[in-house]
Amino acid sequence: MDKILEVTDLITRFHTFDGVVHALSGVSFHLYRGETLGVVGESGSGKSVTMMSLLHLLAAPPARIEGGRALYFGDNGPLDLLGLDTAGISRIRGGRMGFIFQDALSALNPVMTVGRQISETLVEHLGMTTARAWNRSVQLLDYVGIPEPGKRAAAYPHQFSGGMRQRAMIALAIACQPRVIIADEPTTALDVTVQAQIIDLVLRLKSEMNMSVIWITHDLGVVAGIADRVMVMYAGTVVETAPVDDLFYRPAHPYTIKLLGALPKIGQAGNYRLESIDGTPPDLLEKPSHCQFVWRCDHAGDRCWQDIPQNREISPGHQAACFFPFTDKGVR
Amino acid sequence: MQRYILSRLIQSVFILFGVLLIVFFMLQLTGDPVSLMISRHATPEDVEALREELGFNRPVAVQFGSFIAGAVTGDFGKSLRHKQPAMDLILSRLPATIELAATALLLSLVLGIPLGLVAGSNPGSFWDLLSRGTGLLGQTIPNFWLALILVLVFSVHLGWFPTFGRDTWTVLGLTLPTRSVLLPAFSLSLFTMGQLVRFTRSAVMEIRSEDYVRTAYSKGIAHRKVYIRHILRNAAIPLISIVGVQFGYLLSGSIYIETIFSWPGLGNLLAESIGNRDFALVQAIAFFSSFVVVFLNLLTDIAYALADPRIRY
Repeated sequence: MDKILEVTDLITRFHTFDGVVHALSGVSFHLYRGETLGVVGESGSGKSVTMMSLLHLLAAPPARIEGGRALYFGDNGPLDLLGLDTAGISRIRGGRMGFIFQDALSALNPVMTVGRQISETLVEHLGMTTARAWNRSVQLLDYVGIPEPGKRAAAYPHQFSGGMRQRAMIALAIACQPRVIIADEPTTALDVTVQAQIIDLVLRLKSEMNMSVIWITHDLGVVAGIADRVMVMYAGTVVETAPVDDLFYRPAHPYTIKLLGALPKIGQAGNYRLESIDGTPPDLLEKPSHCQFVWRCDHAGDRCWQDIPQNREISPGHQAACFFPFTDKGVR
Repeated sequence: MQRYILSRLIQSVFILFGVLLIVFFMLQLTGDPVSLMISRHATPEDVEALREELGFNRPVAVQFGSFIAGAVTGDFGKSLRHKQPAMDLILSRLPATIELAATALLLSLVLGIPLGLVAGSNPGSFWDLLSRGTGLLGQTIPNFWLALILVLVFSVHLGWFPTFGRDTWTVLGLTLPTRSVLLPAFSLSLFTMGQLVRFTRSAVMEIRSEDYVRTAYSKGIAHRKVYIRHILRNAAIPLISIVGVQFGYLLSGSIYIETIFSWPGLGNLLAESIGNRDFALVQAIAFFSSFVVVFLNLLTDIAYALADPRIRY
């Protein structure tokens, strides 16, 4: 399969008054054309920071991208996103890669009509006239399932319901038919039925417009339902990447195993305690010098305290960053 | 919206009625006004005659009634000193004060907002330092002191501006301001400017990190357009109220500045009338200033509703 995106050893740090926060310490992953990549991990594991680093969306200072490469394979050959200047990255943002943010209420400008916020992108990237862009915005709102789109385009974000706002946010992200959609927890703030509608919508758009999707979430249930492959992040590193079935049925990294173990189980009697992972994630102010999961791991050996484990192949397409991964043959 | 404006109008009427009440009893509280107006050597008959003439011998309720009846039509009685209707005197001084207030407001907008914008977008820079300095000094330097220094430097030593007074320039029947307005307007504008700089700076700093600004960047919108359409547009909303309140304060006339520059405006008239114990005139000016403030607050609220679609009444 063709790759659309290939990120290697991405290092992002935040230079704060308290010291240097090692937000990403060498993140590598790739995205194939037409696939959905689920990115899971707890808060602070670097899911959003990774994606925002690619598009230079982090506030600098304090954020600084200090290493790595992010190749985007467009029509004109590979392009290193991290090396682009402001004008270059502006063409990618919205034009080639669309971002769907979590909380559409705060992510949309409160004093600009939804239609204008969508047409703004169209004018910027496709050079449409304002009038044409407006008509196209109305079509887009219709396309993402907003009733009376002509009327709704002239409304302000606060006049929309939560689900409708997220639909508008999606219309905005897909307006210029980007190749990649990055959805940063787009359903977290929504109730379950609306969540299902939004997921269906994104998947429908993805296949109709032939896009690749990166779906950031901490809901493993959502990932199981939509992703082709899953990438698990922990403390600024990718600890495991696998096709979705492998990840759920044959997890290799102790963190993934514990994460899956913490899911509520169907069929278990009503009154039981949910399992949790003991301990807390490491303090990112310290520069990692060994496995970042070692404090919370039941299987850590001496080596885990000395070296940083690199991602290695467990089976085709399945990688884990662990010295002692679980495999079909037991612990190696 | 119409309902909101109507209800705010009714509210304003009640506020103005309250102002009239205070203005009226202000006079009663000072004791017998007649004894202050008349010569110490007057006979009791003279005092009684004046009291009769001015209507102070009537019951308070009756006096209040006739005061209100007059006030509604803009009639606050005659100035004791100028022997002219108080309202006419106010209206004759109004153009000078409007000229001063508008120039001061314009100066503070033109200097304060851009400085706040640049500072808010580049925290820690030279411009930020300058803006914080301006904000602090503008709000702490006594403007009458600054006015004297400005006169000393720019009028006395350099001779660029007249030391006092208002010169006008008439073209095709229009009365236009001359440079004589600049020094008093600058002294007067400093406080408002300081406030605008500070508020603009903090509004921009806050809005810069809003999620919707990040969204705008994520759409590939160029930096300059993000600033104008997304950051400035939102930062303007809190500034509306400052501009409204400050313009009301400026329009009421500044006693210090107008006195220092002998500016023939409302502030000067007020200072003079207080010195002369010219009660009718003091009452009229007090009411007129309140009226201006109430009216501007009303306009501010309406402007707010127009600028921010989230506000609907």
